[in-house]
Amino acid sequence: MGAATSPLEAGPYELSHLRSLEAEAIHIIREVAAEFERPVLLFSGGKDSIVMLHLALKAFQPARLPFPVMHVDTGHNFDEVIATRDQLVGQTGVRLVVASVQDDIDAGRVVDDGPSRNPLQTVTLLRAIRQNKFDAAFGGARRDEEKARAKERVFSFRDEFGQWDPKAQRPELWNLYNGRHRNGEHIRVFPLSNWTEFDIWSYIGAENITLPAIYYAHRRPVFARDGMLLAVHPFMRPSADEEVFETSVRFRTVGDVTCTGCVQSDAATVDEIIAETAVSRLTERGATRADDRISEAGMEDRKREGYF
Amino acid sequence: MTPTTERPAAATVARPAATLLRIATAGSVDDGKSTLIGRLLYDSKAVMEDQLAAVERTSKERGNDYTDLALVTDGLRSEREQGITIDVAYRYFATPKRKFIIADTPGHIQYTRNMVTGTSTAQLAIVLVDARHGLLEQSRRHAFLASLLGVQHIVLAVNKMDLIDWDQERFEKIRQEFHAFAARLNVHDVTTIPMSALHGDNVVNKSDNAPWYDGSALLSHLEEVYIAGDRNLVDVRFPVQYVIRPQTSKHRDHRSYAGTVASGVLQVGDEVVVLPSGKTSRISAIDSPTGPVSEAFPPMAVSINLADDIDISRGDVIARINNQPRVTTEFDATVCWMADDAALEPGRDYLIKQTTKTTRARVTALDYRLDVNTLHRDKTATALKLNELGRITLRTQAPLMLDEYTRNASTGSFILIDPSTNGTVAAGMVLRDVSARDAAVRASSPNTVKHQSLVTAADRLSHGVTVWFTGLSGSGKSSAAMLAERRLLESGRPAYVLDGDNLRHGLNADLGFSMADRAENLRRLAHVAMLLAECGQVVLVPAISPLAEHRELARRLHEEAGVPFFEVFCDTPLEDCEKRDPKGLYAKARAGEITHFTGIDSPYQRPQNPDLRLTPDRTLDELAEQIIALVAAEQR
Repeated sequence: MGAATSPLEAGPYELSHLRSLEAEAIHIIREVAAEFERPVLLFSGGKDSIVMLHLALKAFQPARLPFPVMHVDTGHNFDEVIATRDQLVGQTGVRLVVASVQDDIDAGRVVDDGPSRNPLQTVTLLRAIRQNKFDAAFGGARRDEEKARAKERVFSFRDEFGQWDPKAQRPELWNLYNGRHRNGEHIRVFPLSNWTEFDIWSYIGAENITLPAIYYAHRRPVFARDGMLLAVHPFMRPSADEEVFETSVRFRTVGDVTCTGCVQSDAATVDEIIAETAVSRLTERGATRADDRISEAGMEDRKREGYF
Repeated sequence: MTPTTERPAAATVARPAATLLRIATAGSVDDGKSTLIGRLLYDSKAVMEDQLAAVERTSKERGNDYTDLALVTDGLRSEREQGITIDVAYRYFATPKRKFIIADTPGHIQYTRNMVTGTSTAQLAIVLVDARHGLLEQSRRHAFLASLLGVQHIVLAVNKMDLIDWDQERFEKIRQEFHAFAARLNVHDVTTIPMSALHGDNVVNKSDNAPWYDGSALLSHLEEVYIAGDRNLVDVRFPVQYVIRPQTSKHRDHRSYAGTVASGVLQVGDEVVVLPSGKTSRISAIDSPTGPVSEAFPPMAVSINLADDIDISRGDVIARINNQPRVTTEFDATVCWMADDAALEPGRDYLIKQTTKTTRARVTALDYRLDVNTLHRDKTATALKLNELGRITLRTQAPLMLDEYTRNASTGSFILIDPSTNGTVAAGMVLRDVSARDAAVRASSPNTVKHQSLVTAADRLSHGVTVWFTGLSGSGKSSAAMLAERRLLESGRPAYVLDGDNLRHGLNADLGFSMADRAENLRRLAHVAMLLAECGQVVLVPAISPLAEHRELARRLHEEAGVPFFEVFCDTPLEDCEKRDPKGLYAKARAGEITHFTGIDSPYQRPQNPDLRLTPDRTLDELAEQIIALVAAEQR
């Protein structure tokens, strides 16, 4: 099979934008594997991290993935997400490290004064990076997601406290990434930096990638809070004045149950979702993430502290 | 590959694939750059309702009369507080034809670093000017930096046209001034668009306010601009990034070399050489993200199998045997210094990263500092500070496989890293091989010595002269030279027309039409002319030779050899040349079939002081007589 037979071929000796993004991501992943001692791929079970894992496996075939994947587990998961995670791990033979937020709560390192355990993840993530001596951590963040991310480098330096300093970022030129760091410091690497939500879905469709079922339209009991639809779940109970109703929904992002909203949708296939995404007038985080709404600078503050 | 994945079902994404265009924008705080990008995103519907709501809220809080679209692109809180953009930010939007990535860089003077960074990956640069102020120093600086980074396409966005009542004359003045400046740069395509980003005129939608403007709106131009020809598909360069050795029972003997194709087209069956070892082998298979392929081209990320088991590691480069990069530990480069607190000083050591290779490098010389505003070269400079550009010589610990940046940005670019801070302190672009560049005035190797002839020019039967004809294609250079040649021969004087085009069929058959190749073509032409003139010929050289520096090089070469040299300028206006179009080349250039064509998409620098100026109001006979009179002084 030649490259010219690919449905995504753009012209003679020209890659489609999706294949260009794929090539760029694979280049970045290989660069990390070549230059770092102990990389790790941060894996949430969401669509971005599944796409990232798919690309990482491609980058080294027919060899196995030369680094482990790590799930920072808040304990507040959708069952479907964990099922997909375990299925993927079983089929690919990748090594899974689970860093549990519950461990940090039990040890008294953080206080679970939630409703959401999302903010607590940062402590667990940094502890796990330190304990495992990881020197590079792949994240599935995209620059189109949020304002603060639009300025983050592909190789994003973190000091020994795991902190990001947006004013002291290394210039990033051509495809020459600088991953040098001292002991205790690490680099966050974002191979999907230049992908948009639309690209992710197009790629999932083109590559026939399996996602947790909750990404597709299904009926479930939900209730409205702060202008978002939230799923009724053991970790997420409506208050007395919040009306529960059943409707067809899908999730655009998959995070902690307590802060991830869903949208009303009948899109049950990738093509239907692509069609819906193309006409959507809300960003995926704007529509469904309570954690970004805290303030206009919400993500910037959390990123500085070492969040994903 | 994830196991859940079967081969893609073609039907899933049946729409024709869009291509990618990477854009850099540059403009000062007041040119309205953020507003322009906000407008592009908003009108192309890449700004979502929740983002717009936040922008409207903030605009109201600030007491603005209108929704400030600039707020769409202001990312970090510190920027919002200062009201300026401080770093490179990336924006995304798409149309059915193309997907666009904008590297949004600030134009303020201390941020040259960011502009160089944002422009390094760009294929097109948008330079913004405020129509009220016209071209400012910084507009020129932006255009210069874009050309330095090898950007082939520039859009001059003349913004705020509404504030000068869409005055066509003032627009034309800015356009012409910019074209005159761009002619000095190595940029092939300049498009000027009058617009008002605030009101959306000529950004996404064509405006009714400028009926005199018959070009496209910005977005249509971005969708249509032809960029596929910018890539280097000639020189095969494959820097090995990672060696894949599965060490599993299923793939016990598998060994492949993973990497991103830097340039050229690799094919299964190609005989290749691995550098720096020089060992040769044959490509036996290429694997890509979509499975095995028969060929690979930039920027594909693939892995390659070779027929022979040879020792290859990260940092090695695979190339074709008859087309290899320079393998060297010493080279010249233009660098942009990017460190806040330390200066570049000759004698200091750094780490250099070039393709997939990292080694130590010492700055052995600082040739000059380049003023980005005046393009003045300050040879007295002893250091480079933040945001300064200069030409340096580097010596590396391990050999690098590199090419001149203008020919191959992938293998001609590098970064310098300060080993004490691990910071990226410089961006570098490899310059043409010094030995080749200065060969006109210097022996290429210190070990070759010129033989002293037993005779001098005075002993020869006739005295040679070189007459160098410069001018646009179709300006009449060859016709005048050939008639003069015949008249001279008839009068008993040995004369010879050395035609640049004819040389391209033999001696210069290896050269193309890039600026670098044209320079090399002229260098060889000058040498051959000089040798023939030394033999006593009147050498008549018709050659477009568009750049003053190349003509100057030819003159210098002759002066050093003591051979008379005359520069003749065939001063025929472009319109006339295009009307004549004896080879049909203007038609092809206008149709976009050929690029880098002088006068159309490549600059011509008019000679300031030619020895003779030929104008089309004279007959060919009269022109020939003028030439003969010019060389008569040297006649014996």
